[in-house]
Amino acid sequence: MTEWLHPLGYALIAAGTGFFVAGNLGLIRFPDLYARLHALTKADNLGLGLICLGLACQAPSLAAAAKFLLVWALMLVASSIGATLIASTALACGLRPRQQRPGSMEDDEREDTP
Amino acid sequence: MFHAAIAALLLLNLGVALWRLRRGPTSADRMLAAELVSASAIAVLLLLAAGLAQPALVDVALLVALLAAVATANFVTRTWTLLHEESGSREEAGRD
Amino acid sequence: MSALALAFDLLLVAALLWLAWQALFDAHRFSAVAHFMVFGLVMSLAWVRLDALDIALAEAAIGAGVTGALLLAALGRLPAKAGHAPAWRRAQRPLVWAAVATVVSATLALAWVAWQLPRPGLAGPVAEVLPHSGVDHAVTAVLLNLRAWDTLLEITVMLAAVCLVWSLGPALSPYAPATALPGLPALTRLLHPLFVLVPAYLLWRGSHAPGGAFPAGAVLGAGGVLMVLAGAVPWMHDPRRQPLLRLLLAAGVLLFLAVGLAGLGLAGTFLALPDALAGPLILAVEVAAALSIALMLMAFYLYGEPGR
Repeated sequence: MTEWLHPLGYALIAAGTGFFVAGNLGLIRFPDLYARLHALTKADNLGLGLICLGLACQAPSLAAAAKFLLVWALMLVASSIGATLIASTALACGLRPRQQRPGSMEDDEREDTP
Repeated sequence: MFHAAIAALLLLNLGVALWRLRRGPTSADRMLAAELVSASAIAVLLLLAAGLAQPALVDVALLVALLAAVATANFVTRTWTLLHEESGSREEAGRD
Repeated sequence: MSALALAFDLLLVAALLWLAWQALFDAHRFSAVAHFMVFGLVMSLAWVRLDALDIALAEAAIGAGVTGALLLAALGRLPAKAGHAPAWRRAQRPLVWAAVATVVSATLALAWVAWQLPRPGLAGPVAEVLPHSGVDHAVTAVLLNLRAWDTLLEITVMLAAVCLVWSLGPALSPYAPATALPGLPALTRLLHPLFVLVPAYLLWRGSHAPGGAFPAGAVLGAGGVLMVLAGAVPWMHDPRRQPLLRLLLAAGVLLFLAVGLAGLGLAGTFLALPDALAGPLILAVEVAAALSIALMLMAFYLYGEPGR
């Protein structure tokens, strides 16, 4: 049982790091706030989650593993509710998502973000 | 060694997020960058806790996770408000 | 391995310098505040690298958490045209550069002086008296037993700051949020048990591991700020509860003073803790201090005197 738990942990940590880098890339490159919010929540939930899961697999005791999972659960709650808070407030403040419909010229000429 | 290397990679990740912190046209973009920095910092702390065998670092990560929630809630209710009492008019809050 | 550590440290230092520069000199006020909050987070990582976990806890909780909350709330009260700080006039620029040069040279001088200090510092003498101090953790022993005078003064300064903030006027009633946010009470309900459990855990851990009254009080205060945001603390504005509020705010200072005077009576020196009672007394003072610190941070957040 424990002999494949350790390498599994390494694999999960590597996967989590991949999601972190992808989320960061999305935060830098995506065109507007709502798309960046998508990228951020992937990094927060999946990236941190896989890293926590991997570290929990390698943890020396059940209590230490439970602590790692608690950090993940906490970040899950905080980031998902935070994302809905930011998105609803952005919508109420008048920020519209950037929508490119094929064939409509005015969307392409509009500025990046208001 | 592995944990330390991944921690360094995530710190680089954190550094790249600082570009969005500087650039982000609206305030919410900056808060998103701050939240990615929090998540990266938590990941770095957890990896250092495992790599250096210091379980007390998980407590620091727990604290940072708790405070990320407060920061976002605070921003949304107290900073990005729409109606200003003195003018009485609706004003575009995200515009910088 | 040490090349990796060096790269890690260099990245940290570069990030810290960049964030500090932006926090100080960015004309856009929200951007400066955001950089300051992130600076607090990265600073706590730096404290972790310096093996100072208690300071890392306090920096994350107070620097990034509560101070960030206070600054964000203050930003929300500024009129829209105050979003940018005015640029420096031509006559001011040489003064600014002179100030920057002075600060940099003073920092280098201090760093040189710190480098000359004897290496083990006071860790040896503290370790000798640690078994008699009532706790197992050196930092808590120093904060609450060996240098309890400093901690008492720190809490008194915080209480004086609350009096100052409250003397500015009545508590500010907040602007309404932009839209209905059903997620906010849900966030509060889900997280508040943890906001009580984690400070209790940190308080208990303070006797043998990094923790203690200040991080615990700061996390409890952050939880209180979250509850204030969700509108779940109406009793703070109730005029009938004001004496209780003031008593709880002063409880930390009062208990600390009482312990100090008891030490004067029992052991002959102000704030001397007799060996047998040191552990329970430190715990009692820490609990009262954490509660007071939490309420004081919530009192700062109100930006004025409630209950009027």
